[in-house]
Amino acid sequence: MCLAVPGKILSIVDSGDVLSRIGKVSFGGIVKDVNLAYTPEAKVDDYVIVHVGFALNTVDESEAVKVFEYLKAIDGLEELENEEQ
Amino acid sequence: MKFIDEYRDPEAAKRYSELIHNITTKKWNIMEVCGGQTHAIVKFGIDELLPKGINLIHGPGCPVCVTSLELIDKSIEIASREEVIFCSFGDMLRVPGSKKDLLQVKAEGGDVRMTYSPLDSLKIAKDNPDKEIVFFAVGFETTAPANAMAVYQAKVQGIENFSILVSHVLVPPAMEAILSSKHNLVQGFLAAGHVCAVMGYNEYFPLAEKYKVPIVVTGFEPLDILQGIYMCIKQLEEGRHEVENQYSRVVNKEGNSTAMEIINRVFKIGSRKWRGIGEIQDSGLVLQDEYINYDASLKFGLADMVVEEPKECISGLILQGLKKPFECEAFAKICTPERPLGATMVSSEGACAAYYRYRKK
Ligand code: SF4
Repeated sequence: MCLAVPGKILSIVDSGDVLSRIGKVSFGGIVKDVNLAYTPEAKVDDYVIVHVGFALNTVDESEAVKVFEYLKAIDGLEELENEEQ
Repeated sequence: MKFIDEYRDPEAAKRYSELIHNITTKKWNIMEVCGGQTHAIVKFGIDELLPKGINLIHGPGCPVCVTSLELIDKSIEIASREEVIFCSFGDMLRVPGSKKDLLQVKAEGGDVRMTYSPLDSLKIAKDNPDKEIVFFAVGFETTAPANAMAVYQAKVQGIENFSILVSHVLVPPAMEAILSSKHNLVQGFLAAGHVCAVMGYNEYFPLAEKYKVPIVVTGFEPLDILQGIYMCIKQLEEGRHEVENQYSRVVNKEGNSTAMEIINRVFKIGSRKWRGIGEIQDSGLVLQDEYINYDASLKFGLADMVVEEPKECISGLILQGLKKPFECEAFAKICTPERPLGATMVSSEGACAAYYRYRKK
């Protein structure tokens, strides 16, 4: 139940009430209605993490590559250490 | 980026595994709190990529698994009433109560429905004004925004035939209960990323300080988990105990302020019984006085019901990381996902079910 998955916002219906802002969100092609009340900043084309019908947060694209950068950085450090030995 | 496949790259995973081997000099016990992470660890065999001395302890972070027998029996009692349409997330339907589960209630003619979101059950309430609609509001901080919104909207829209059976649990008090136990084995935590997406991670600083444990907020894909483990071991090896955030693409320190505002408006902190563990003070959410009319337990006169847990299932020990599923006599013999004895065998996020599915020997 706790599995929350990232999906891409295809369109947003604004009813005027922020608490009932609904978006069409695609999860690898499967499109679902998602409540965007908690992500007022989310725009079309953003990725959001969705859990039981609600977007919990937008995915920060610039932070998203950090997993790989971190790996590269520690990888580089290792090599440096190996060369020094 | 689609934010899924990239984080499953086998080459990068292998490299992380090598780097973890390189920095590990001692044995360490690390707990992943969240059942979603347990599922991923067992599914992708992440524990098998680690040095022998690194023991991953599977934590209590599966709401289906920790909902007390008492609440399951309450749900069955309510769902059996003629005037009720009982709505629940699918995974709760097969959790065994003292005598039966919700699916049996359905088979016997009860109106039990599986809903994907609590707002769906609110809609059912609007469409069925002559019925009482009850939603089984289980979950950690991750389902709290949705459940709070359903109650909030019910009040705003004046919907009175709707109530929730509240079984909300909170992660940090459970971590503290584990750390303060004299049997505690846990030396470092991977904190549950999606819980932190809602609540932020300010709550973890005092815990890390008081118990001298590293806490790394971690995501759910294999590379997230491997990086989280790497960061945690690095702290342990260097004698540090800090709060770090591996999952920065989704989590920031302050959490989601809009969500927290609605949660705090509808819920307040209260004590909660955890299945197999017992009562943990201030470890759950209960409705604020202003929303007390939406409490199904009160509405149906079940507030005083007390049910004791059975002894044969050791899921309580598994949830605290003191035993692995293999060590249960019943595992894969009399207890299987088709005929579960305990809740940890029901949910796909439960440790017993994950082991049964991916590791049955
Ligand atoms: S295998 Fe079954 S009986 Fe044993 S701990 Fe797990 S759920 Fe309980």
